[in-house]
Amino acid sequence: MRADLDLIKDWVEPGKRVLDLCCGDGELLHYLHSEKQASGYGLEIGPENITECIGKGVNVIEKDIEEGLASIKDNTFDTVIMTQAIQIMMRPDEIIDEMLRIGKECIVTFPNFGHWRARGYLAFRGKMPVSKFLPYTWYNTPNTHFCTFKDFERLCVERNIYIMERTVVDNEHQHRWWIHLWPNMLGEIAIYRITK
Amino acid sequence: MPAVIPEDSVGIVQPQKIDFNEPLQLSCGRVLDSYHLMVETYGELNADCSNAILICHALSGNHHVAGYHSHEDKKPGWWDSAIGPGKAIDTNKFFVIGLNNLGGCHGSSGPNQPNPETGQPYGPDFPIITVDDWVESQARLADHFGIEQFAAVIGGSLGGMQALQWSINYPDRLRHCMVIAAAAKLSAQNIAFNEVARQAISKDPQFHDGHYYAQDEVPKVGLMLARMLGHITYLSDDGMRSKFGRELRSGQISYDFTPQFEVESYLRYQGERFSTEFDANTYLLMTKALDYFDPTATEGKPLSEVLAKAKAKFMVISFTTDWRFSPERSREIVDALVDADKQVSYAEIEAAQGHDAFLIPIPRYLDVFNAYMQRVEADTNSLTSKEPS
Repeated sequence: MRADLDLIKDWVEPGKRVLDLCCGDGELLHYLHSEKQASGYGLEIGPENITECIGKGVNVIEKDIEEGLASIKDNTFDTVIMTQAIQIMMRPDEIIDEMLRIGKECIVTFPNFGHWRARGYLAFRGKMPVSKFLPYTWYNTPNTHFCTFKDFERLCVERNIYIMERTVVDNEHQHRWWIHLWPNMLGEIAIYRITK
Repeated sequence: MPAVIPEDSVGIVQPQKIDFNEPLQLSCGRVLDSYHLMVETYGELNADCSNAILICHALSGNHHVAGYHSHEDKKPGWWDSAIGPGKAIDTNKFFVIGLNNLGGCHGSSGPNQPNPETGQPYGPDFPIITVDDWVESQARLADHFGIEQFAAVIGGSLGGMQALQWSINYPDRLRHCMVIAAAAKLSAQNIAFNEVARQAISKDPQFHDGHYYAQDEVPKVGLMLARMLGHITYLSDDGMRSKFGRELRSGQISYDFTPQFEVESYLRYQGERFSTEFDANTYLLMTKALDYFDPTATEGKPLSEVLAKAKAKFMVISFTTDWRFSPERSREIVDALVDADKQVSYAEIEAAQGHDAFLIPIPRYLDVFNAYMQRVEADTNSLTSKEPS
């Protein structure tokens, strides 16, 4: 299992109703369904991913979440998950508001643009960072809204969003004790569990 | 038919007529004391009768879903692309039932069949049939084969509406429900198209108020116009543009009213062919069944509440350029199912062919279909393995 998903799965309690936004090939939902008896759906727009979800028995709904989630009623889900996709949204703040409206709690993961490597790249090379983990150049990247941990937490304060749990990992999705000394500098991926 | 039967064809098939003598109470209040259904089946029913799939047909469909009736047939059944050995609905694994619905004109009890009481064709006296009535008659067909629960009920367009109604009326009698290019009810625009089609037929001087059988005539022009109108709504603007454009048959304009554009001759050809194959009274009945379809009407509750009793898993599919039953209509079904906490998957297939796309073997459509049918098969197998030996 993709390592960030491996960390998230422990934050979903058994038997819960889950919505996974941009669910990819359905790996997380498949695990949550078979190991934790979770129900729910994935939303996805990639044709191959959708077919793969269907083949796995994961309930997947073809839907572009940029078009909004208005058709879903308040508090329909126990947990709404979005992994590594918040930075590609047109309006991440609106998506987070919507996730918190339709779900009792949310799990969000995103790459930390405040990581020392990204800072160093821009500071010393004077160019937007390109790395194995962030392989795109500025003109073709789907990542239109990068943020740092600090930025994200500031948004949470502004919107009265309560951070239940957070963890940071490196690019191999490993916890390292030293990351927690200075997460915004040393953590590459942020994983937040939030509620209103 | 091709000189050699393709390996993935069900081959030469034989329809069968099945009689039902238990009176059928219809939604309109009338009762059919006895009736018969024309049916075709493909594949083998397994010992515990758990591998059966019901195919529900659309407005002009019938029981001849796959294969050929004879070596002289030019075309196979109407959904041959999806049904056969190794195809999405694999007849090596499933027992597939296709039927001509009540009120149809291909051998089942309907306006062009004799009324047992008079010996004369029913004509316009055949009762108005609803989707509910079809589901009831199909449930009795399942009883006839000893099928307690279908592995899946599958249909496109009006057929998808029957599949949806099945999940509500008989929650325990299907494990999967596949609703393709359908809607939870018709829009005013859709009813309007149907009304124009009905007017074209009933105003044809050869319609004789539906009693044209005795006159040895058929309202050919009316049926032709109805079908031409239907065809326009089944195709998309883009699809028509790429298929016909403004191509001229003879290369130049002749300044008269003969058909000159390719699209004109295509529509005339389709309309004329249809007018010799289909029954006008059946066309009226089928369009009324479409107009009346609304699973929320009886209980007066929102669709999500009506679907609360469903137990099947759902696969809903729509096509991007289908404007007769647009993706929005399918999304309404999906939203209601999510609201009702039902298991549902939904795919919106990019296709230029409009409503017709549901009958066309579009690669992504087949991928989704295949993937979902694997799930249907897995559920059927797990059920069989649970049975005590």
